[in-house]
Amino acid sequence: MSFEVPDNVRVALLAILAVLALASILVAAMVRARPERDYTELGLRVRTWWSIILVFCAAVAFDRTVSVWVLGFVSFLAFKEFLSLIPTRRADHRVLFWAYLAIPIQYYWVATAWYGMFIIFIPVYAFLFLAMRMVLIGETQGFLRAAGTLHWGLMTTVFGLSHMAYLTALPAAGNPNGGGDALLLYLVLLTEVNDIAQYISGKAFGRHKVIPKVSPKKTVEGLAGGVLTTTALAWALAPWLTPLTAPESIAAGLIIGLFGFAGDVTVSAVKRDIGVKDSGSMLPGHGGVLDRLDSLTYTAPLFLHFVRYLHY
Amino acid sequence: MSALLRRLFVVLIAWPVILVLIGIHVRHRERLPARGPAVIAANHNSHLDTLTLLSLFPLSIIPRVRPVAAADYFLSNRLLAWISTRLVGILPIARKARKIDPLLGCYGALERGEILIVFPEGSRGEPERLGELKTGIAHLAERHPEVPIVPVFMHGLGLALPRGEALLVPRFCDVYVGEAIRWTGERGSFMHALHTGLEQLGQQHRRARHREDGAP
Repeated sequence: MSFEVPDNVRVALLAILAVLALASILVAAMVRARPERDYTELGLRVRTWWSIILVFCAAVAFDRTVSVWVLGFVSFLAFKEFLSLIPTRRADHRVLFWAYLAIPIQYYWVATAWYGMFIIFIPVYAFLFLAMRMVLIGETQGFLRAAGTLHWGLMTTVFGLSHMAYLTALPAAGNPNGGGDALLLYLVLLTEVNDIAQYISGKAFGRHKVIPKVSPKKTVEGLAGGVLTTTALAWALAPWLTPLTAPESIAAGLIIGLFGFAGDVTVSAVKRDIGVKDSGSMLPGHGGVLDRLDSLTYTAPLFLHFVRYLHY
Repeated sequence: MSALLRRLFVVLIAWPVILVLIGIHVRHRERLPARGPAVIAANHNSHLDTLTLLSLFPLSIIPRVRPVAAADYFLSNRLLAWISTRLVGILPIARKARKIDPLLGCYGALERGEILIVFPEGSRGEPERLGELKTGIAHLAERHPEVPIVPVFMHGLGLALPRGEALLVPRFCDVYVGEAIRWTGERGSFMHALHTGLEQLGQQHRRARHREDGAP
């Protein structure tokens, strides 16, 4: 283990912590100014942000192996939450065990930077194996549904999120501005800022609903405000954290803004299908882990392939 | 020595399995008794139930928390018996005893101010379904009318490690602690109160997952 955080990543992390400290002070001031209003939820949310960012700092502060396994554990939490939500068949108990085993294997490919295996292991091998294992048990009632939901969960929470970790496996030479750690920070920061900016601009200006059937609180104004903020920040941070040129960084911002929204509403659709409001209760004030990682299930793979195509 | 072993078991086995691998969300933890004598009456679907309940108590009182368990099962061989009595700290009861009161050990434990963990369903039933409650717990309550009986409902553990499976499959689980009930003066109404207490916690679970806001 070593502490080799590139200078710009360290400065960015400190800046994030400063912003968060400001948010905490602001919430405390609001509570004092208007004691009659209930800010418990907001306070909880900010406090949970602290834990999330401290875990993230821990993930990048040590060497790459530690980052990969911390992110692997995050995948484990997300997949566990998914499996706790969906109806599973009693008969598939052992199949689920094999599905869990796919997590350390997938992150092992990331740790060893074996791109070819990383990119096919879950879509091909896990996909074929788990369905075959289910067939061997012999329960055909609800087979397609069980095999489909299980694979959907692996694809989003393990395959999709592992792209975050794979950013650190890209050759350091591809990004003179801080390597993979900086790209990881850029992606996660923009995705989360996008979530927050969409929420705030939706609250402030939201009038026209985007997809009322899936997520009644999502508005066109919120989406636009989020995408604009994200794109501006993507452009501003790119020369400092990424190898992207100005037009490329604007495209990256649009991708993260638009598809962060897509990830968010996709997980909303899953929750609505199952009939729950939150994916879990692990993050006080936010809901479950998936409620926070939903956007990243889309932005992580899209951003990795965007950067990789252009610069690696 | 035995107190140390029991705390080590909780720290090295119960905490990693229940808090990291499984992950539990506890509602109304404050309703758990801070000291004995008290009885925890929980639903029973999995071997994980005992680990979960042990993980709810602070380490300082772990040596005084005693899961009540069937002697014929948990003392059936020497290794299992050693684990059950030394590490888990069970209070073995003879289910089929005729001559003497099988609950004698429980009365003694309550008199010593210990916290008993009791599964009134007897054995591990169908996952997520509350089976018929055995009346042994009513004998305990009748003998010790001042002792609080705290109903606890656990959801999901029977799916993580069902009866007859050796493989643990992680999933988030929920624990609901109910308000303490006491001896009502009569066996029928006491059992009814306990059953209602557990049932209501189960219903609370079905309602709990809904929340209005979706903010980041």
